[in-house]
Amino acid sequence: MVRVDGNGNSSLICVRGLDKKYQRGSEEIHVLQGLNLDVEKGEFVAFMGPSGSGKTTLLNLLGGVDVPTRGRITVAGDEITHMSGSKLTNWRARHVGFVFQVFNLIPVLTAYQNVELPLLLTKLSKAERRKHVGTALAVVDLSDRVDHYPRQLSGGQEQRVAIARAIVSDPTFLLCDEPTGDLDRKSADQIMTLIERLVEEYGKTVLMVTHDPLVAKRAHTTLHLEKGALVEAATKEVGAS
Amino acid sequence: MRFLPFIFANLFRKKIRTVLTVGSFAVALFLFGLLFVVRGAFTGGVDIAGADRLVTINRTSIIQPLPLSYRDRLLKIRGVKQVTFANWFGGVYQDERNFFPQFAVDTDTMRQMFPEFRIADDQWQAFVADREGAFVGESTAKRFGWKIGDRIPIRGTFIPGVWEFNIRGIYHGTRPADDTTQFWFHWKYFDERKPFGKGFVGWYTIRIDNPDRAVEIVKAIDQEFVNSPWETKTDTEKAFAASWVKQFGNIQFLILTIGGVVFFTLLLVTGNTMAIAVRERIGELAVLKAIGYSDGFVLRLVLAESLMVAAVGGALGMSLAKLFTLAGDPTRGLLPFFYLPASAIAAGIVTALAVGIVAGMLPAISAMRLRVVDALRRV
Ligand SMILES: Nc1ncnc2c1ncn2[C@@H]1O[C@H](COP(=O)(O)OP(=O)(O)OP(=O)(O)O)[C@@H](O)[C@H]1O
Ligand SMILES: [Mg+2]
Repeated sequence: MVRVDGNGNSSLICVRGLDKKYQRGSEEIHVLQGLNLDVEKGEFVAFMGPSGSGKTTLLNLLGGVDVPTRGRITVAGDEITHMSGSKLTNWRARHVGFVFQVFNLIPVLTAYQNVELPLLLTKLSKAERRKHVGTALAVVDLSDRVDHYPRQLSGGQEQRVAIARAIVSDPTFLLCDEPTGDLDRKSADQIMTLIERLVEEYGKTVLMVTHDPLVAKRAHTTLHLEKGALVEAATKEVGAS
Repeated sequence: MRFLPFIFANLFRKKIRTVLTVGSFAVALFLFGLLFVVRGAFTGGVDIAGADRLVTINRTSIIQPLPLSYRDRLLKIRGVKQVTFANWFGGVYQDERNFFPQFAVDTDTMRQMFPEFRIADDQWQAFVADREGAFVGESTAKRFGWKIGDRIPIRGTFIPGVWEFNIRGIYHGTRPADDTTQFWFHWKYFDERKPFGKGFVGWYTIRIDNPDRAVEIVKAIDQEFVNSPWETKTDTEKAFAASWVKQFGNIQFLILTIGGVVFFTLLLVTGNTMAIAVRERIGELAVLKAIGYSDGFVLRLVLAESLMVAAVGGALGMSLAKLFTLAGDPTRGLLPFFYLPASAIAAGIVTALAVGIVAGMLPAISAMRLRVVDALRRV
């Protein structure tokens, strides 16, 4: 279930009364205004909305890389809105998998090393890390590109490596900010099929921002960001439990 | 440790830039090493001077002699254990440029007075037995390719004539800084053959029984000869070496100034390089932070990179400096102490690392303070 009216309970992600203001000179921009959201495990949510409506802002807040002006975000029972910097960093490492539109991979590291990055923060041994990285790269179907550097990969392949990195530590949920924004139609379709599989086969929870209605259609639920709050646009009957 | 490959990968990102920065460190440290060697060449004598040895010269100047008869009077002074004496010969071998110190020494007492020189017994006996024998330090022997048994002509400069000597032995130092450029021959032979100034010595070297009493004994010695035609000036060997160094002006200050400028330049070059290195990967650093790397980690990552450059460049520079000194003194014997001690190498590496840390600090702090959201927006 995905709700935007603030009445859900016992959900994986629970957002209440979220406000975010930016100060630009003397002007104050009120991007998010009392936003509510409930997302349960295994959901696949797409956020849409015009440019500047605050989609990235929302994702950054959910991912704990930005702090709200007011309101609270609870993930799996942990309230992240009051966590200190270092606690929040640890929380991100354990719970969030990020996929950005660009800037995803470290160009001087191979696909393998890029995917391994989140695991270097854990206590896993080298052998265990190798196993996890292998699995993640197999899931995104790039087992044959392990030692390639980002510049030796296509845009779609790069994005798949980024997804492998996002899932390798088995986080609570994935945040994808326009993951197909830089890709052609065919690569975009492949990425979406992959994300769908993560949700359907592996039970991942995915929150994604997109401008592309065709991409949004793949999600269970599409939410629109309007005047700083979310409005439900479409819900598919499949998948959600 | 597990992040080492990552640090290396970052360094190899811009190979030319890394090579140039490492090169700057290497050049600076090479220079540092050479400055140290030059400083040591001037001050080395001070560091290795025997703590229990005094030198007595003529009060007027070192060029004026003292009578040999002072020897017995010196030995009577309380606290004086041993006395030896020598004269400076000031000759040249083949050519004016082939300068090295020759001393007429007292073969009876000189060896006990300077135990820092490693001398083979049989060679010493052969030397003592031969009136025209000479004992030479290994670096001078090497410089001119002399071997034991060679007959060497030395032309006097203020003492007339060409004097021929038989090399009977070659001595070594026990410490790297020991002077192995000297050439010794018999004082008796010198005294008999020279046409003037017979019965006079250049200076006395005195061993005392207690270094703590040096000041008292110095006073007693100079008091002994006061109001005589040859008044004396006595001081510790160290003080003599130090006053010799002072003749060359404030070398220490000069070297510190040059070194300071070099390291300051290095600091700016490296700081600038690290700042660029951080600026061009703001996006990557932001992604690292987003996926759970702490601010402190990012700080250490940048510092580690800077330190790595400093360590490699520093080690390279010091190795080059060491190799350079091993190849020998380029002035061919003018500098008795031409040597890069391990302590200088350590000091150089530590200084390089310090420059690495300071240079990397500002960029590292800006990387640490970087906020993920701002960085990702800066596309
Ligand atoms: N650090 C900031 N300082 C000032 N204003 C900001 C800041 N970050 C975002 N904004 C403003 O907040 C609004 C929402 O930005 P956000 O990036 O969330 O929009 P978006 O929906 O992701 O847009 P897009 O579709 O173009 O990515 C914009 O008007 C933006 O200019
Ligand atoms: Mg955006």
